[in-house]
Amino acid sequence: MIDFLRDPIAFLTQWLNTTLLGWGLSEQAAQITGFAIGAFVAATGAMMFVTILIWAERKLIGRIQDRYGPNRVGPFGIFQSIADLVKIFIKEHIDPVGMDWLPFNLAPVLSVAAVLTMWVAIPFAATVYGVDFNVGLLYLVAVGGLGELAVIMAGWGSNNKYALLGAFRAVAMFISYEVPMVITLLIPVMLTGSLSMNDIVRQQDVWFIVVSPLAALIFFISQVAEVGRSPFDLTEAESELVSGFNVEYSGLKFGMFYVADFLHAFTISLLFSALFLGGWRGPGAEEIPILGFIYFAIKSSLVYFLVILMRGSLPRFRVDHMMDFNWKLLTPLSLVLVVLTALALKLMTGLSLWVQIPVLLVLNGLVFLMAQRMVTGFFRRRRPREVGDRSRPVAHYTPPQSDSEAQG
Amino acid sequence: MIPMSWYLVIAAALFCVGLFGVLSRRNAVGILIGVELMLNAVNINLLTFWHYYIQVNAEPPLNALVFTAIVFIVAAAETAIGLALIINAYRQRSTVIANDLNLLKG
Amino acid sequence: MTPMQITFILIAAVTLVSAVMAVTARRMMHAALWLIATLMGVAMLFATLQASFFAVVQVMVYVGAIAILILFAIMLTRRSTLESDQASLGSGWIINALAAVGVFAALVTAVWAWPAAETVLTELPKDAEQLGLLGQIIADPNGFAVPFEVSSVLLVAVLVGAIYLAVERKPQRGGRQ
Repeated sequence: MIDFLRDPIAFLTQWLNTTLLGWGLSEQAAQITGFAIGAFVAATGAMMFVTILIWAERKLIGRIQDRYGPNRVGPFGIFQSIADLVKIFIKEHIDPVGMDWLPFNLAPVLSVAAVLTMWVAIPFAATVYGVDFNVGLLYLVAVGGLGELAVIMAGWGSNNKYALLGAFRAVAMFISYEVPMVITLLIPVMLTGSLSMNDIVRQQDVWFIVVSPLAALIFFISQVAEVGRSPFDLTEAESELVSGFNVEYSGLKFGMFYVADFLHAFTISLLFSALFLGGWRGPGAEEIPILGFIYFAIKSSLVYFLVILMRGSLPRFRVDHMMDFNWKLLTPLSLVLVVLTALALKLMTGLSLWVQIPVLLVLNGLVFLMAQRMVTGFFRRRRPREVGDRSRPVAHYTPPQSDSEAQG
Repeated sequence: MIPMSWYLVIAAALFCVGLFGVLSRRNAVGILIGVELMLNAVNINLLTFWHYYIQVNAEPPLNALVFTAIVFIVAAAETAIGLALIINAYRQRSTVIANDLNLLKG
Repeated sequence: MTPMQITFILIAAVTLVSAVMAVTARRMMHAALWLIATLMGVAMLFATLQASFFAVVQVMVYVGAIAILILFAIMLTRRSTLESDQASLGSGWIINALAAVGVFAALVTAVWAWPAAETVLTELPKDAEQLGLLGQIIADPNGFAVPFEVSSVLLVAVLVGAIYLAVERKPQRGGRQ
């Protein structure tokens, strides 16, 4: 019993293996069956988990906007997601005239599949992970890029000019924000010396967000843009291009896009906590894997809360602002950061950890300050200086000095 | 597990399908798709021989991996330029059928 | 037949069928989607060869960038009325098919004439790929640093060239004042 509590996944896997071998299956077949059942359970669990995510988001957004969230259906509205699920299931699937059948129907499937495939490579605890690729990080980036294909297929298959335009803008945004994301991913790789996610988590005796906070910030912003969440949600906003590429979808197909959106948002919080917040590490996590799982869940919930907070409080970007922000700020900044970090790490090899981490921290702070000065200087230079004179006074508040001045 | 000749045959088949596409497609983008297939077949060949070399001798042949990487890079580069040219030609002539882009002919 | 061989045959069959459909599809959009299926099949073949890095790079570069480029180019260069009426292959495609089959026969004969081609590719030890070594030899001046740098120059040239070619020039207005 204690074994089950300590490490439930390993216990269950062992029990399943022995049962299947006892039924007479060969060892390879038992392994494959175990993998198949595990994949099925993980995928179904993730999709069921989305209902909790949607409920949490709606309550939190409600509170941010100074109202209760849904609170009618069940205590604190926890059955609201199930009611939404039932509604989406029973809606009619409408096929637009002239649509392309294969891309139109394949797009929502691909969208969810691209996100679920990311769950394979993320380590949830010391012994709970799908596969330990030796190129795990690159695998996550590559599979995350498959979601863009789903957007193009959705926009094209709808036979709708506005859906196509929305899909173009969405894909332009996604491929643009991949660049700073991949460049800043080089920093945890440099600090670890390996692309494997397990190695990156195990190397974080000191969390990487402490070692390189600017890289964490750039990575976080690019990932929020990759998901298509506010403030980068011009692709699905009702006021822009009538909700973009998924305008012609109804019923469960739209439900799949919705699920993919929320699941992707949670997956990036998982990814961020695995890469920069130490993943499942914490006091006592190596011996008791279930504790590692709990730590990981807490950390990624905090990051998800931050994502929801960003959605509730920031206004939407305009499309040219978004592109400017990426190509003129994030990409050069991440390039400079990576080059300087590589230089610093090379010069400091062999020194103790207590020297390396403060140096990198100071380096990050300096780069951030320089970037901030350059950006504010740029904006200050563009605004013309206002000089007032007697005929057109500038509307600043000047306290009344003396009676003669006020009457003059 | 899998004999090497199987990989080489599938690479040859992919190469020939790409060759057929380059020779017979009318649309210029279709011709580029054929070129992509041929480049992928080359990559399969390179990585098969890399695996074979590691298996037969103990040390890895790094030329193979670098060559594969260069093929990736060159494929991306020529696709980008080829598509830019096609889009430009479409703007001038409003056709992408390769047969009809024949102003310099004869 | 071991399960590995069955898996290989399945992947190879899917890849070949998708390649043939990519080359003969009537509508260009479908051809591009079949090409994406082919590229994913090739990535799986790389994975069975235990070249894991290149399997992932194939998905990232080919499917995530090049295929999207091709899709964009198709969407920007279509004339919707005439597309489905015309044949996808030009006249004289039979001779081309015969030529392709001839080349295939020549290649297969060359493969079977080599006795070592029948060696069974077994599973390599775990860290046979040694990505660190690849990184080092790319940066080594006695290694492959020069091709690497030249390819980066090539990419910059392609970037500049593609932007220059594809940007729409605004029409000039009148003469100078």
